[in-house]
Amino acid sequence: MTTFVFVTLLCVSMLGYALNRQAATKLRASGTRLHSVPGYHGLYSLLSTVVPVVVLIVLWLVLQGPLIDRFTMSGLPAGSLDEFDAGGRQLILTEIKSISRGRIFGNPEAWKVDAADRYVRMHVVAGWLLLGIVIVASLGIVGLARTRVAADFRARHGVERITSGLMLFCSTIAIFTTLGIIAALLFESIRFFERVPITEFFFGLNWEPQIPLREDQIAAEGAFGWIPVFLGTLVITAVALFLAVPVGLLSAIYLNEFAPSRLRAFAKPVLEILAGVPTVVYGFFAILVVAPAIRSFGASLGIPVSPNTALAAGSVMGIMLIPFISSFTDDALSAVPKSLRDGALALGATRAETVLNVLFPAAIPGIVGGILLAISRAIGETMIVVMAAGLIASLTINPLDSVTTVTVQIVTLLIGDTSFDNPKTLAAFALGMMLFVVTLIINVFALRIVRKYREAYD
Amino acid sequence: MADATAGTDQNPKTGSTADAVRASLARRNRKQRTVQVLGLGAISFAFLMLFILIASLVSSGYHAFTQTHITLEVFIDPEEVPLERLPRGGFDDVLEASLASVLEGVDPNDRATMRALGGLLSNGAQFRLRDRVVESPDLIGQTVTMTVPVSDPYDQLNKGLIDRETPEQHRRLKDFEIGWFDRLNASNAISKPLNTGLISNPDSRFPELAGLKGALIGSFWALFVCFLISFPLGIGAAIYLEEFAPKNKFSDFVEVNINNLAAVPSVVFGLLALAVFIGWFGLPRSAPFVGGMTLALMTMPTIIIATRAALKAVPPSIREAALGVGASKHQVVFGHVLPLAMPGILTGTIIGLAQALGETAPLLLIGMNAFITSAPSGPFDSATALPTQIFIWADSPERGFVSRTSAAILVLLGFLITMNAISIYLRNRFERNW
Repeated sequence: MTTFVFVTLLCVSMLGYALNRQAATKLRASGTRLHSVPGYHGLYSLLSTVVPVVVLIVLWLVLQGPLIDRFTMSGLPAGSLDEFDAGGRQLILTEIKSISRGRIFGNPEAWKVDAADRYVRMHVVAGWLLLGIVIVASLGIVGLARTRVAADFRARHGVERITSGLMLFCSTIAIFTTLGIIAALLFESIRFFERVPITEFFFGLNWEPQIPLREDQIAAEGAFGWIPVFLGTLVITAVALFLAVPVGLLSAIYLNEFAPSRLRAFAKPVLEILAGVPTVVYGFFAILVVAPAIRSFGASLGIPVSPNTALAAGSVMGIMLIPFISSFTDDALSAVPKSLRDGALALGATRAETVLNVLFPAAIPGIVGGILLAISRAIGETMIVVMAAGLIASLTINPLDSVTTVTVQIVTLLIGDTSFDNPKTLAAFALGMMLFVVTLIINVFALRIVRKYREAYD
Repeated sequence: MADATAGTDQNPKTGSTADAVRASLARRNRKQRTVQVLGLGAISFAFLMLFILIASLVSSGYHAFTQTHITLEVFIDPEEVPLERLPRGGFDDVLEASLASVLEGVDPNDRATMRALGGLLSNGAQFRLRDRVVESPDLIGQTVTMTVPVSDPYDQLNKGLIDRETPEQHRRLKDFEIGWFDRLNASNAISKPLNTGLISNPDSRFPELAGLKGALIGSFWALFVCFLISFPLGIGAAIYLEEFAPKNKFSDFVEVNINNLAAVPSVVFGLLALAVFIGWFGLPRSAPFVGGMTLALMTMPTIIIATRAALKAVPPSIREAALGVGASKHQVVFGHVLPLAMPGILTGTIIGLAQALGETAPLLLIGMNAFITSAPSGPFDSATALPTQIFIWADSPERGFVSRTSAAILVLLGFLITMNAISIYLRNRFERNW
C-alpha cells in the first residue's frame, strides 16, 4: 500500500511537471518573455507537490501504528482488560497483532479474534484513506501551481527557495539525531531511576542485573551499581592503550622519518586495511587465536589465566587501535612546519633527535588529541569485548581475570526479546547514557585540542 | 662540517664543542639506531598481526568452501512412504536402508546401529528427498540417485580435522563409524564439491546446511535503505554547510554536532534505534529497514565530511566563471560544482557504506541476530546481516561452525575489499588535479 501511495504521488507530480513546463513553453512560443525558463516552472510544480505531500505521508505512517493500537485496545469489550497491568495489556496487543497476521496459537478468546479483525480492517481503511488524501492533496497543489504559470512568475526563485529549505533541513538531521539520542537515553534512564535508586547506580559496588520472576523469590533482588562495570571497561582500555600507543607512535615516527619511500607506499595501505577490518572480525580473531594463545602461554608459566581474560580482548582492541593512533600521529608530525625540522637538522641534530626533541613536542597536542579519541573508541568499542570479554562484573584491576564492560552489559541485557518496563532493560539505557556522556566529554575535549593546535600552525 | 673539525684539531681551546660533539657522537648514533629499530619493530608488529589475522582466518575458513557429499541409490519403498500420507513418510528410514544396502554387514533390524548410520547423513537429506517425492509422487517405488551433504562430524573427518589417532572415547566418531565412512569412500560414493550452499542456503542449526543467503539479502536491503537515506541527506547537508550556510552560531552548532556524531560509539546508535524506531514508532524488530535507518544515521557524518572535502577541492575559478556569465548561486552549485565534485563524493559514500556493512553492534540491539531459516523477501521481513550472522555462528557450539564463521568473514572481507577497490578506481579514474 505504502509503495502504491508513493508511486501515485510520483505520477501526479510528474504530471504537474509536464503541465507547467508545457504551459510555460506555449507562453514563450507566443512571444512573451518569461522570467524563468519553462523547466523551472515544471520543477516548481514538482517540488511544491512532492515536499509537503511526502511530509504528510511520513507523519501519517508514523502516527498510524500507535493510533490504531490505541483504538484496538479501547475498542475491546468493557472489563476485559481490568485484571491486567501494563505489561499484560502489551502482551494482549501483541497476541491480537499476531492473530491478525494469521499466526494463531491455541484457541484465543472470541473477543481477541474480533479485535484482530478490527485491527486488520482499520489498517486497510487507513491505507485507503491515506491514498485518497494523497491524491486529493497532490492534485490540488498541481492545479494551484498550474495557475501560477505566468510571464513574470519567478519560478526559479521559488525552486531555489525550496531547495535551500530542503538543504537546511538535511543539515538539521545531525541535530535531530543528537537530540534523539539524548532524549531516548534520558527518557529511559529516568524510568530506570524510578525503579532503582540513583545513588545505588552511581555508588554501588555490585552489578548483578537480575529481576525476580516471582514475588517471593529469595535473593533475586538485582544489584545495579555501575562501578565494577566501568572499572572493567577501564582495565580493558588500559590494556589496549598499553599496546596501541607505543606501537602506533613508533610506527608513525618510523614511517614519517626513517622509512624508505617504497616501504612507506606499502605500509600506508596495509595500515588502512587494518583500520578497515570490521570489529566483529577482530572479536572472532580474539576468541580463535589470541585468547587460546595467552592461556597456553600463561599455563606454560604456571599462571592461571581466566578463559575470558581482559588481556585477550584488550590486546586485540589494541591491534585495532594501532592504525588509528599511527595515522593521527602521522598527521600531527606532518603538520609541524618544515622550518622547525630544517632548523634542527641544520644545527647538527640527528634525525632521531629532530623527531624526539623538536617535532614530537611540537606535535604533542595533535597526538594527545588522537590518543584521547582512541580512548573514547576503546570505551565505546562493542563487538570485540562482547565476543572475548566476560559477562560477570568483578571489582578487580587484574588483567588476567575476566572482567566485563559497559558495552558488553548493554548488549547482553538487550539481546533477545525484551520489554521496556523492567529494570533489566532500562539498566542498559542508563549504562548507555553513562557511555554517551563519558565518550562525549572525551570527544569534545579531544576535538578542541586538535582544532586549537591546527590553528596555531596554519 | 669537515672543515670546522679539521680547524679545531690544531686548537684545543676552541675545539671543546667539537670534542664534546665527537665524544657523544657514538651515543647519539646509537640512540638514532635504537629509535629506528624500535620503529621498524613496531611497524613489523602491525604487519605481523595483520598477517596472523588473515592467515588464521584462511587456514580455518577454507575448509568451509567445500562440503563433503555422499551419492546414494535410494529405493523409495512404498511401505515406508505411502502415497496417501505425503508429505509425511519415513524418509529417514528409506535413506538409512539405502546406506545399509551399500555397507555390508549392517543388520537392518538393529535399530541402534541404524540410527547411528542415519547420523552419517545431514539432517537436511530427508527433507530434500521429501521435497523431491512430493514434487513428483510417481517416484515412489522407484530408485533415485541422490547427492546429499553428510553430517558435520563426517565432514570434519573427510577434511582431516578429526584425528584418527585420538583415543576412541575422546573422539566424536567411533571406530566403526570411521570404518563405514572409509568403506563408502572406497566405493567412490563420497565427493567433496565446492560448497555452493554457503551462499545459496539460509541459516540452519546444522553447520553442513547453514548458508549465508539470508544474511546477504538482509545486508543488501539494509545497505540499500542506508544509501537511499544517507546519500541525499548527506549531500544536501554538506552543500548547505559548505556553500550556503551563513557564518553564525547555528552553523557552528550543526558542525559541532556532525563532528561529535562521527565519534559516538556505535552501540549508542543501536540504543537510539531500539528506543525511538522500535519503541516509539513501532517499527518491526529485526527488519533490515530499521537496520538501514540506523546505519544511515551513522554513515551520514562520513558522507557529509567527504562531500565537503570534495566541494572544497573544486577551484574557485569554476564558480567565478559561472557567476560571471550570470548563473545564480544555485545554478553554480548544482550545475557546475556538484558534478565536478561527484567522483569525490561517490568515493566517500562507498567508503562510508563499506563501514556500514561491517557494523555489528547497532544491528544486534535491534534484533538482527535472530535465528531465521528463510531468506527475507523484503526490507520489512525479519533478517540477519552478514556481520550479525558471523556473530551468531561464532557463538554456536558445533565444531563445524568455526570454519563456517571464518568463511563468512572471508566473504565479508571480500565485499569490503571490492567496495574499497571500486572507490580507489573511481578516485584514480575521475579525480582531477586542477
